[in-house]
Amino acid sequence: MATLAAPVPVAPPRASVVTRRRRRFYWFIVPALLVVGAVIIFPWLFTLWMSAFEWKIGDTPHFVGLDNYTGLFTNRRFLEAVVRTFYFTVLAVVAPLILGTIAALIFHREFRFRGLLRGVFILPMMATPVAVALVWTMMFHPQQGVLNYLLSLVGIPPSQWVYSPTLVIPSLVLVEVWHWTPLVMLIVLGGMAALPTEPYESARLDGATEWQLFRYITLPLVAPFLFVAGVIRTIDALKTFDTIYVITSGGPGTASETINLYLYLQAFAFYNIGNASAVVVIFFTIVLALALVLLWLRQRTQWT
Amino acid sequence: MSPKRVVRRIGFWFSVFVIVSPAVFVFLWMLSLSLKNEIDNIAYPPVFIPDPPTFANFVSVFQQNNIGRYLWNSIVVSGGATLIALLIGIPAGYGIARTGAHRFTVLILIARMTPALSYLIPLFAVFQFLRLNNTLTALVITHLVITVPIVVYIMAGHFETLPRELEEAAQIDGAGAWTAFRYVALPLARPGIVVGFILSFIFSWNNFVFGAVLSGRETRTLPVAVYNVLTFEQLAWGPLAAAAIIVTLPVLLLTIFIQKEIVTGMTAGSVKGG
Repeated sequence: MATLAAPVPVAPPRASVVTRRRRRFYWFIVPALLVVGAVIIFPWLFTLWMSAFEWKIGDTPHFVGLDNYTGLFTNRRFLEAVVRTFYFTVLAVVAPLILGTIAALIFHREFRFRGLLRGVFILPMMATPVAVALVWTMMFHPQQGVLNYLLSLVGIPPSQWVYSPTLVIPSLVLVEVWHWTPLVMLIVLGGMAALPTEPYESARLDGATEWQLFRYITLPLVAPFLFVAGVIRTIDALKTFDTIYVITSGGPGTASETINLYLYLQAFAFYNIGNASAVVVIFFTIVLALALVLLWLRQRTQWT
Repeated sequence: MSPKRVVRRIGFWFSVFVIVSPAVFVFLWMLSLSLKNEIDNIAYPPVFIPDPPTFANFVSVFQQNNIGRYLWNSIVVSGGATLIALLIGIPAGYGIARTGAHRFTVLILIARMTPALSYLIPLFAVFQFLRLNNTLTALVITHLVITVPIVVYIMAGHFETLPRELEEAAQIDGAGAWTAFRYVALPLARPGIVVGFILSFIFSWNNFVFGAVLSGRETRTLPVAVYNVLTFEQLAWGPLAAAAIIVTLPVLLLTIFIQKEIVTGMTAGSVKGG
């Protein structure tokens, strides 16, 4: 580390000097920009281009224009995957938001072992999804799985979990909730850290109940943070792959085949690169549109 | 203490228990499965405490499944991709913070929204063309999709919190932009670099789908290898749980190590690959 002469107070430099100086810093971004161009922007453009071809790996691609797209809009299996993805996403966003807020309320209070328990609570968020999914696969087992045993302890009859076409999505959501509630909790807890104390004191003096304090003071103040958590969760839930692929691979039948799973099969089991690229473009549009709608809603709610 | 307070106290600790126990339970169950023999693992009602605990599952995973090799692959891929990301991402973060080129961060946020598979198909085709499929090089390149955005995002945020006065003073003393960065800003950014390094490493380590598509028998990363243990030995729960622990333990240890910083890193932009 170089030693520095004591800073000398100087007059602020003129604007032109500032811009010139600023320009030199652009060189710092160039290497990263090249890499991002190669591994991120190029794949986007290439995908868009490929989606206009009928292309199987190994064959020569031939141009089909928008046929891949029009084909998808009448493809029952794809449309069902879209609906299923939304069903999964709604559950996998709402449940962690509610539970994460409750957890944040708990960890916002002072109590013994708080740091330790919070540390344990956030571990699922960082754990390797594949490893976690494998453990859940074993826990879901209808005969030897530990979950059915735990249910039997409280007198609930055994469930088929991921082996049932109707329960498979909620069961997978359970894994998602376990995995990602900590992230929501951290974001909301961050919001609670900045809460002012005065409104609570005066509301208590007026005889407000705990629920009223939460409903009319805490909730509105942490709403922006809940929103951020909601946007992040929506994007991630739409894209969920590892958990579903490892636990069910889209089964039983196609009962848990989301867009991402359908996409994977098209691309890497059937090698329908052109068709899969069209799915990617539609999928990306859905993700981007939802994110924008959520952000737009946030702007609106802020200004009214 | 009044009875009412006692009841509230118990109620509070009960809710703490309810909210924390699922996290604890899944990890303990993973540990329990890995330390029991196969008979106990498929017993009903389940055996919770291994008696006596056995390390046979871990031994068999290392001996029969070549886990050591896959562990090394994962270290090379995640380590390599993270180091490259730091090399180009730290200066980029600095450049963004000092120029206010926020268009670049928007680009990175959109990159985060993109489904991982959308990078995979084009890169797969290109690697096929370059005959790079099934090599660790291809995996390192692909993992840059995860690591570069995280590092750039975290570093840009971190450099923005650093005061510019020191750098400006250095420049007045005749230092160029690079010297000011190298000898003034960089040493101050060390905490940010540590967070960027660990988060980037963790997300790269946890990634499954890139390896699942791009790696061959010899170049599998750990999560891919562990998934394959399941498909070939469907009923062997012990080795499977042992393998799951081997994959996820390094990550959990890193998490505990930077617990406080993770909160900042995850919530600041929550850049996650995949």
